[in-house]
Amino acid sequence: MRTVIFRSIAPYLTSLMVLFSIFVLLRGHNEPGGGFIGGLIAASALAIYGIACGVAPVRRAIYFHPMAISAFGLFMSAMAGVLSVFAGVPYMSGLWIYPHLFGVEVALSSVLVFDIGVYLVVVGAIGSIALALEERDRD
Amino acid sequence: MSAAAPGATFIVLMLPFLAAMIAPWLTRRLGHNAAWLLALAPLAIFIHFLGFATDVADGGIVTGGFQWVPSYNVSFSWLIDGLSLTFALLISGIGTLIILYSGAYLMGNAQLGRFFSFMLLFMGAMLGVVISDSFLMLFVYWELTSITSFLLIGFDHTREASRRAAVQALVVTGGGGLALLAGLLVIWNITGVTQISLLLNYGDELRNSPFYLLALFLVLGGAFSKSAQFPLHFWLPNAMEAPTPVSAYLHSATMVKAGVYLLMRFNPVLGDTVWWETILPVFGGTTLIVGTLLAIRQTDLKLMLAYTTVSSLGLLVMLTGFGSEHAIAAAVLYLVAHSLFKGGLFMVAGLIDHEAGTRDVTKLGGLRKAMPITFVAAMAAAISMAGLPPFIGFLAKEEIYYALWATDPWSLAFVAVAVVGNGLMFVIGFAVAIKPFFGPAVKTPKPAHEGPALLWLGPLTLGLTALVAALVSPFTHRFISSPMASAVAGAAEEVTISVIPHMGPALILSIVTIIFGIIAYRMLDHLRAGMASLLAAIGWGPDRGFDQFISGLVRLSGGITRFIQPGRLDIYMTVTFLMIAAALIGPMAWYGEWPAMPVWPEDVQFHEFVVFAIVIIGLLAVIYARDRLTAIVSLGIQGFAVALIFMLFGAPDLSFTQFMVETLAVVILALVMTRLKLHASDHRPTAQKLADMSVAIACGVGFTLYLMAVTQQPFNTALSDFFSAYSKVVAHGTNVVNVIIVDFRGTDTLGEIAVVMVTGLAILSLIRIRTSRVKVADNDPDLPPAPDQTAEVR
Repeated sequence: MRTVIFRSIAPYLTSLMVLFSIFVLLRGHNEPGGGFIGGLIAASALAIYGIACGVAPVRRAIYFHPMAISAFGLFMSAMAGVLSVFAGVPYMSGLWIYPHLFGVEVALSSVLVFDIGVYLVVVGAIGSIALALEERDRD
Repeated sequence: MSAAAPGATFIVLMLPFLAAMIAPWLTRRLGHNAAWLLALAPLAIFIHFLGFATDVADGGIVTGGFQWVPSYNVSFSWLIDGLSLTFALLISGIGTLIILYSGAYLMGNAQLGRFFSFMLLFMGAMLGVVISDSFLMLFVYWELTSITSFLLIGFDHTREASRRAAVQALVVTGGGGLALLAGLLVIWNITGVTQISLLLNYGDELRNSPFYLLALFLVLGGAFSKSAQFPLHFWLPNAMEAPTPVSAYLHSATMVKAGVYLLMRFNPVLGDTVWWETILPVFGGTTLIVGTLLAIRQTDLKLMLAYTTVSSLGLLVMLTGFGSEHAIAAAVLYLVAHSLFKGGLFMVAGLIDHEAGTRDVTKLGGLRKAMPITFVAAMAAAISMAGLPPFIGFLAKEEIYYALWATDPWSLAFVAVAVVGNGLMFVIGFAVAIKPFFGPAVKTPKPAHEGPALLWLGPLTLGLTALVAALVSPFTHRFISSPMASAVAGAAEEVTISVIPHMGPALILSIVTIIFGIIAYRMLDHLRAGMASLLAAIGWGPDRGFDQFISGLVRLSGGITRFIQPGRLDIYMTVTFLMIAAALIGPMAWYGEWPAMPVWPEDVQFHEFVVFAIVIIGLLAVIYARDRLTAIVSLGIQGFAVALIFMLFGAPDLSFTQFMVETLAVVILALVMTRLKLHASDHRPTAQKLADMSVAIACGVGFTLYLMAVTQQPFNTALSDFFSAYSKVVAHGTNVVNVIIVDFRGTDTLGEIAVVMVTGLAILSLIRIRTSRVKVADNDPDLPPAPDQTAEVR
């Protein structure tokens, strides 16, 4: 499958897909999207890059072991729930703040942190399976 | 009821755990002298509980705690009455001495810090068992004592005997703990309460319940395994593999009494029935006799003591089972006496071992001159054990005979059991306390001399306590025996016995016991030889039975695994899909609730027809595909068509996800296919194809019928209305699906992503095993190079 065309396009395609996945992740609260679907898109991006250019460049590009990314996502999601302890409300209650960044009101929430955690779990888990399947003889 | 200082009691309950946390660090700094500091923890607990003594002696019950899971009626709460107070004082008091003793006994051991830590953990757990008011707390602490006991028995984990004994104790007592849990759940179900203090009002309800026997047997399962009742006694002597301080503390003075504690605790509500008054005395009496007979056989000081502990526990169970006023008083007195003298004797045995280098009674003699203080401590404990005045053991034995004496055959049988048991315990007590100290000096592996103060302080203090407690018996009864007996009986009760003997059957029985004991002591060597040959003739014992049980269990599970996991993917898939089809079609066939034929909708648009056409094309492409890869990709056509349908009918999120899942599924399946060394094309025999086809059709028909049945039900809009109404207002999001996932049901999602991650890990390791089997062996330093590993992990 490593044709020249595919190999040349793949990096751009992957970057676009990752970018798109983040877009999907962030808009998820109000439009179709969210952490799970975003994570799937990013995982496919990694898979495509791996098929086209080999697994080693992918691993270099994401720097961390995908399973570590996944574990960090799980941790992040769990901690997003813990944030509510400081507000004195039950575990996993959504907390919202609206800071003004560059003159624009931005809605930030513990729910968003949670969703980013979901994203990372899915990218990490699916990505590591795909990458492990793609590589033949070395880790 | 008064709720004095709940905060302080909570801190005291946590104190051993805190001390356990700092113990290793402290020991690294101070060496064995850390014992002095660590002993302050149990000492503080002891003093704290002493503060309740007057309150409890006046008939008060102190409860406290806080709600934990109010919706399940689960609380963290404690109950301090005569029974728990006496236990708490024994645990913390003896605990203080044991910590000091351990410091000297294991001086120089590299793992001393760990040992202290385990001991203190156990202390916290044991304290929790006797203080718990809530069932859940009782169970958790109960299992925690089993686990800490496991750690302590296996402390010397390089020896196989230790490890085996540790596992055995854990299996027996942990298994009993599960029975206890079930029993507590049954009791909860019958009465609806989860607190012991409230349970006491429900005695009649419990006894008249049809599930009384079930609850009784389950609770007895827990109590008998923990308190080493025959035939589950075998783990206790094996537990002597632990260092002697552990034997003295866990396996004589405290943990093994947890079972007796449980029986005493439940006596007011489960007792006073024919079953209770038959099972307990019979099992207890049997254990008493078996334990003493086996003790006679032993020559190791610790094993002799261990078997008499078994028999003492039997005696306690027997007395608790009788349930009469005097029997309870006797049980209470004997329990206290036993903790004092047996803890002391174990410490003496350890002391002798430590200073003379052996525990074999036949290799010891004439130590009286070399170890005078030890000798005094040993004699004090042995006199109390033999039930001679003026020690508390005497009070206990007099009370036992008072309680048992009657002229009907049933009582006479138990009087005989008690006399024989007590007589043989008399023999063992003096065999431990006299044999090593009198007679000509025997050359021991180490030149014997008196041990350091830390070692004899414990047994001497316990011996003195046993003496003083008997001499000031009115005081003892007021603060210890009477409140405890009242708690066990469930009604106010007064214990009055004193050291001045009264003429009567009890005294005569005592004299008979002593005469029997002296005769048996003279014949000890013959008895021992006799028992040895008898046991050799029997050959089989519960200890070997345990091994057979475990190996049988392993064989059974191996057989089951081989049966349900033959290692062939096609069998797994066929079974799974057959089950799915059966689960879908079965209920509909059983209840005759077939869905009605759907009506063909009139306003089907052209593009909708196109989507259906794509589905059918995809289906045909799968069936007629020449090789597997084509089939997989064609399967993707189906998935995309379904995603289109979702899109058309207003579920963009679902459709989006379906697209991605479908893409990834095709990619991953294709990748898997390249790794499995399969033929490119599928050539199953026709019969196989037909069979697989019918399974597939059954599944498809099942799902279709199921979906039709579901959609023909009236649609309940309660949930969608709720989420549409509150999604924006409460959770600040307009995408209802996402809001449900991350906010309304966020905790569920947390669980799900944890599953995703763990599944990913599992799949990853499966892939690794398959591909890099040589590498695993190469870079893992713990594994020996194993080239034939491949055969294992097909």
